[in-house]
Amino acid sequence: MSAYGIDKRHHTLTVLVENKPGVLARVAGLFARRGYNIFSLAVAPSDDARFSRITIVVDVESAPLDQIVKQLDKLIPVVSITELAPSAARERELLLVTVEVSPETRGQVIELVGVFEGKIIDVGHDRLTVMLAGSPTKVDDFEDLIRSYGIVELQRTGRVALPMLERSDDRSNASAKVLGFAKHTEKAG
Amino acid sequence: MDPREMTGAQALIKSLEMQRVEVMFGLPGGAILPVYDPIIDSSIRHILVRHEQGAGHMAQGYAQATGRPGVAIVTSGPGATNIVTPLADAYMDSTPLVVITGQVATSSIGSDAFQESDTTGITMGITKHNWLVTDANDIPRVVAEAFHVATTGRPGPVLIDMPKDIAQASMEWYWPEPSDLDLPGYHPVTRGDPELVREAAEMLLAAERPVIYAGGGILKARASESLRELAERTGIPVVTTLMARGSFPDSHPLCLGMPGMHGNYTAVTAMQRSDLLIALGSRFDDRVTGRVGAFAPEAKVIHVDIDPAEHHKVRRADVAIVGDCRLVIDELLMALDSLGLPHSDATRVGSGGTPSDAAPGAPAVPGSPAASFPRDGIDLWRAKLSEWQIRFPLVYAQTDAPGELKPQFVLETLRDATPDDTIVASGVGQHQMFASQWWKFDYPNTWINSGGLGTMGFAVPASIGAKVGRPDKMVWAVDGDGCFQMTAQELVTASSERIPVKIALLNNAYLGMVRQWQEMFYEERYSEVYLSPDLPDYVGWAESMGCVGIRVESPEEVGPAIDKANSIDDRPVVIDFRTDASEKVYPMVAAGASNDEIIVDPSLMRGDN
Repeated sequence: MSAYGIDKRHHTLTVLVENKPGVLARVAGLFARRGYNIFSLAVAPSDDARFSRITIVVDVESAPLDQIVKQLDKLIPVVSITELAPSAARERELLLVTVEVSPETRGQVIELVGVFEGKIIDVGHDRLTVMLAGSPTKVDDFEDLIRSYGIVELQRTGRVALPMLERSDDRSNASAKVLGFAKHTEKAG
Repeated sequence: MDPREMTGAQALIKSLEMQRVEVMFGLPGGAILPVYDPIIDSSIRHILVRHEQGAGHMAQGYAQATGRPGVAIVTSGPGATNIVTPLADAYMDSTPLVVITGQVATSSIGSDAFQESDTTGITMGITKHNWLVTDANDIPRVVAEAFHVATTGRPGPVLIDMPKDIAQASMEWYWPEPSDLDLPGYHPVTRGDPELVREAAEMLLAAERPVIYAGGGILKARASESLRELAERTGIPVVTTLMARGSFPDSHPLCLGMPGMHGNYTAVTAMQRSDLLIALGSRFDDRVTGRVGAFAPEAKVIHVDIDPAEHHKVRRADVAIVGDCRLVIDELLMALDSLGLPHSDATRVGSGGTPSDAAPGAPAVPGSPAASFPRDGIDLWRAKLSEWQIRFPLVYAQTDAPGELKPQFVLETLRDATPDDTIVASGVGQHQMFASQWWKFDYPNTWINSGGLGTMGFAVPASIGAKVGRPDKMVWAVDGDGCFQMTAQELVTASSERIPVKIALLNNAYLGMVRQWQEMFYEERYSEVYLSPDLPDYVGWAESMGCVGIRVESPEEVGPAIDKANSIDDRPVVIDFRTDASEKVYPMVAAGASNDEIIVDPSLMRGDN
């Protein structure tokens, strides 16, 4: 079983931060010093050059989500935080894997990559490098299945996510919660 | 030459002047040299310290006494690392501080250059924010941002790291408008949510055993007057935490004094038995709550704090209001108006309900809360509190036996011999707890101590900073001998700058608080706590630093020595009080114990009082 299983422990935060030196260190340092566990982390420039977006999957068993979000929000370069519950997020991850192949297994691997809609991006005499993008569960499944052929090297990017779009027939309002400026006062439930 | 063209160093000093900085505490060195040159021509007073830690604590003392941000300036590397402790201290106690550090030239950063340290990295977790300046043109904006961040929202320390080449580079002067500040992620909320405020007001009126749990946020928000109005209108008694001493007058009949590990029985037990805690600018620190699971088990909680991260961090609040304490209390008062709470005649009683001239060693006689602030519903509660105050006062017994000068006796005598608005700074340990317990704090910003971090050596430099900020007031440091040895060299600074602070050194020849724990919890196995009463010779040391030194060994010498110290106003004074090492701080709640397991002075259990 992969360590990347989706369960209720893991919440995704997309954090909009100022695009300035050292901001990632501030975010990572906060998690380290307060004992919050990061499950995965991905950083990239956003559509606005002044800001970057950090997607953090946090383990809410290490600390209450409320505390993690509020402490994060106290960092001056953090502009806004959007919390995506597992059920309310479209999450994707990219995997690159180099796998051993023999004349007997080469066909099986190619077939498996086809089934998962992956792509072979490099070919050697006895190795293939495969790229696969998909939901974390799909990537988990593929990783499980490919393992038996002999993984030489494997890298995953960590998750990126956007809120699920609301539809008119959507009964639940459990979509994304934008925290930050908006989240000033609250009351215990 | 264009008059607007100047060096980064000049721009930095000019920016500090624009922020109306009147004094900064510092010590120069290689990387900060360019910044020290324009200081000669500046209106800002610079106080040359003897160790950078002193600069930081002086800035803290200045900030706590005046409510304005304290400014310290030091060089790179060791200068910066020496001021790490004051930064951590100010961060814990939410003290507004602006610290400027020199840094090696930008071209050398990352090369392990001479006196290089990763200052922004080191201080990231102990500052509210910090900046590494990489362009001289950013200096005015960064300084304006730094002061804005340090002084708004939950106040705290900030740091500006200034590379040498940036200080030497030229820039064109400007001063930013508030809208020019580049802080898209910083928007502190100051006003409470009206709906929650109304809900809190209703809870307040419905409670039968309410207690106001006032914390340091009252002082930060300058909310003392509002707090007093709230207490008097509702008749609700108030505990003031170590960080909030003086925010509500000790002599007020509704004041219960300090709660917590060494709080008095009534303050601790009032919280334990309460059905509603109104936490105002307090953060449920472990020293206040004891074992959290056993803390105030029947209480609902209203928690007002400007930092939303404090809500539900330790104790789940039933109503959590984000906002500035003064504004939220004022909103609460309006909500109480609309709920029809009458303005009682007692709303403007003067302070002074407690006689301060009680005989030494006698319990402080409490005023009767119930008498002055009649209100249906909570009279029984206040009667109960009065009963506890009479039954479990703070006590000690001064004897005539040699070598038994009690620290409490010294503090009571000092309290009674000094003006009511005297500023008291303390270090950390037994003397700090005795001072907090036995002083009568009736004015805000007169108690200056290291609460959250517990930094030994805080008192001497903090008292110097306080005196610089409030030269009109008498300033006493209450210090222990262990603490004094950590930062005493700053008395050289005080002497040379003619800052007449007075130091009451409670010299019991031990690291007293550690000794107390070893006595109570380690079977009297005293490990590495003995210091010696006369090594160093404190009087000789004080005199060598330009101070007046006085030694006091017996109770009858205490008053005259204090009178002499009070009459000296041109140099610092150190009184070496040789106190009884066996005296322990009571009451005490052992670390990790429930507040219900409070240990009061053994004499109260024997019934000798």
